[in-house]
Amino acid sequence: MFSSGINWFKYAAPQRFYALSGTLIPYCVAVAVIATIVGLTIGLLIAPSDHQQGESYRIIFIHVPAAWMSMIIYLAMAFWAAMGLIFNARLASMFALALAPTGALMTFLALWTGSLWGKPTWGTYWVWDARLTSELILLFLYLGFLSLHAAIEDTRKADRSAAVLAIVGVVNIPIIYFSVKWWNTLHQGASVSLTKAPTMATQMLTGMLIMTVAFWAYSFAVSFYRCRTLILERERHTAWAQEAVK
Amino acid sequence: MIYWNSLSDFLQMGGHGPFVWGSFAVTALVFAIEIMQIRRQRRATESSIRDESYATEKN
Repeated sequence: MFSSGINWFKYAAPQRFYALSGTLIPYCVAVAVIATIVGLTIGLLIAPSDHQQGESYRIIFIHVPAAWMSMIIYLAMAFWAAMGLIFNARLASMFALALAPTGALMTFLALWTGSLWGKPTWGTYWVWDARLTSELILLFLYLGFLSLHAAIEDTRKADRSAAVLAIVGVVNIPIIYFSVKWWNTLHQGASVSLTKAPTMATQMLTGMLIMTVAFWAYSFAVSFYRCRTLILERERHTAWAQEAVK
Repeated sequence: MIYWNSLSDFLQMGGHGPFVWGSFAVTALVFAIEIMQIRRQRRATESSIRDESYATEKN
């Protein structure tokens, strides 16, 4: 049913996306740089210390954005992988693959910064509680996605197998998000949520949200960049790709 | 407007300097490595496509 109607989707889309993302990257970089400068100025220089945690709370300005991105990128990756699987859309699969390394790095950073925050706050770098363990599983899901993809020779077969893994792994995202509510965890509850007013001081919240904008823009920039390389790699036998690298 | 009284106050972070700076430094390092890696990958792909199309043109 879909096979004949979306030829453009299958063949022209990578080339069009290549051009469009090439235009967008400089804007993403600009937003990332400006938001980082403003966010770090607020977070490190202007915001007061936390009355309970002292200065170590400042890790929040990278910990929370990294943790949010680790979950958002996973959802985006699984969504595009599913689109690639269901509609046989090559570009969607490429974008899913382009998102995975950045998602894995965000997950690593959430764990790393969380660990360095945990030591002065809880007295330990690591504890097997629900929030930390489910975030660690997220890292393994990203690494599993990437290794499964790398292990299969046929590119489209690799796309499809990795997509199945990504889709199954989505179940872990609500577990991470709600773990602090469902179980009695050492990890503190959400500082910001959709249902109630934030429990943070305005400057802290502002700095954290601006840093989140920076992390979003950075993630877009690097995953677009990586996706463009994947497109060239897979379209290497087309005239336009050969023209694009001249 | 600036919260700190001195540079050493800022660097010490109330005694939590290693934790705070360890977080920020590793984050910066990870992003720097990722940027270098995607650029290297891009250059490798470009040159392998160029070599290949050059070889085809020659034949």
